[in-house]
Amino acid sequence: MTATVVEDGSRTARRARGRWSDRLLYAYTWLIIIWLCLPIAVMIAFGFNDAKGRLNLTWQGFTFKWYGQLFSVPDLTTALVNSLTIALIATVGSAVLGTLIGLALGRYRFRGQGSLNLVQFAAISAPETVMGASLLSFFVQLNIGRGYWTIVIAHIMFSLSFVAVTVRSRVLTLDPAIDEAARDLGATGWTAFRLVTLPMIFPAVLAGALLAFALSIDDFIITSFNSGSTLTFPLWIWGAQKNGLPPQVNVMGTLIFVAGVLLAVGNAVLARRRR
Amino acid sequence: MRRRLAPYALILPGGLWLAIFFVVPMVVMLSFSLMQGDVVNGFRLTWHWQNYSDGLSTYADQLIRSLVYGLLATAACIVLAYPVAYWIAFRGGARKTTYLFLILLPFFVSFVLRTFSWKFLLADDGIVLSPLKDVGLLPQDFHVIATGFAVVAGLTYNYLPFMVLPIYVALERVDPKMIEAAQDLYASPAQAFARVVFPLSLPGVFAGVLMTFVPVSADYVNSTVLGGTNNTMIGNIIQNLYLVNTDYPQAAALSFTLMAILLIGIFLYAKALGTEDVLEVATR
Repeated sequence: MTATVVEDGSRTARRARGRWSDRLLYAYTWLIIIWLCLPIAVMIAFGFNDAKGRLNLTWQGFTFKWYGQLFSVPDLTTALVNSLTIALIATVGSAVLGTLIGLALGRYRFRGQGSLNLVQFAAISAPETVMGASLLSFFVQLNIGRGYWTIVIAHIMFSLSFVAVTVRSRVLTLDPAIDEAARDLGATGWTAFRLVTLPMIFPAVLAGALLAFALSIDDFIITSFNSGSTLTFPLWIWGAQKNGLPPQVNVMGTLIFVAGVLLAVGNAVLARRRR
Repeated sequence: MRRRLAPYALILPGGLWLAIFFVVPMVVMLSFSLMQGDVVNGFRLTWHWQNYSDGLSTYADQLIRSLVYGLLATAACIVLAYPVAYWIAFRGGARKTTYLFLILLPFFVSFVLRTFSWKFLLADDGIVLSPLKDVGLLPQDFHVIATGFAVVAGLTYNYLPFMVLPIYVALERVDPKMIEAAQDLYASPAQAFARVVFPLSLPGVFAGVLMTFVPVSADYVNSTVLGGTNNTMIGNIIQNLYLVNTDYPQAAALSFTLMAILLIGIFLYAKALGTEDVLEVATR
């Protein structure tokens, strides 16, 4: 009798303590989220700042005018267009190359698999400074001028492994019998791939491609080594910051942010509906 | 026969790309690190090992600072990220994905832009410090920018999500029944955490360390933007030697020194943790 009472008492105490520490952790998690989002909020807010010219440092009042004059800094516009087209080409390139590798790794056991995994692991985890420096050494040695296409080459190089890893983990969950069934029913290898395998791995290909796009459009370190005189959006910001960043940078950053969030949310909603 | 060749046909284009633009460049850089010469007269391979000893002695300060900042930022990431990952994994309920998404939000803004945003926020006469100075809460000459603290804080900020994610994944896999079992065996919540949950989450911490320590130690964006001139890291030196001084041999030797130190560090850490196969944990 007393024993149960004591136990009940300690259990209530434990539950109360649990609730208290849960609340603390909950508040802490939100504090971290706010910390993570604070610079983004500032970036968005100062895109609406009625600043005089390039000195966007103190709040001068609310305006939409920078959204209207988004493309009034010509070389910034060029840099943004470079960033977007490079990211697009690099995404398609690394999605194709990475998907093929992911299929091979997920579906077959073959000699050399270990070394391929090792190289991919190295390409994912090597410090960017070292990767950028080594690729520059390579271009210097071969006397290849740096510019738009060397950036594309670099971006495909560092993002294709991410696509491969994403696709591979999806392929591993597939039943190989489905593909065999398609072939038994007379489908050629290509038809079976197009009509059976591809639709099943497509969510992973898309996720990998989105990741590749994000990595490419954001990359600064490797790009800075291999860009020559071509400027991307991050490189332009880097070069311009000594004279102050014009509000257009905030607006472009905001638009990229909003587009990225919408894409990611859309992809998640689609994935949920498919399931 | 065709089936046996199929995987090779699939990996051929991507594999070649990685071989030509990742593996070969590493070899080229290795050979550069043993060369002598300059851009005008060309570089010749003379097995000049002195590039390594010169680099180590000339840039020892920056090398050590990089590792210290790397360790501090990684440690700060673990301490800050663990409770968040824990709360999302065990108390996130139906909103887990939403919370993870919020943690990942910074990735939708360019890394460089985010770092400049911090410089803007913490500027000596910026929107945070100047009101505090006006009220008299801070001395007029107080500053955050151009200190080592600002660099470590910036690095921690930029890489925190890379630590939250893997720890979350590891904690998410912990079966709640294991915790119940521990408590049935009279473990207090603290003991259950220390003996059951924490050990099971170590692979996640390991993956997180791998994803933060390496890029953080080699970073030069944060130290340039937030650290001023007195807190340069080895990444600044490598970048400068390559792009400004075009002293490729010295820069290449430093790159390899940095990579060797990071690799040794990771392997020692893996051993200390008792993780047999680093690759297996990392690629899982």
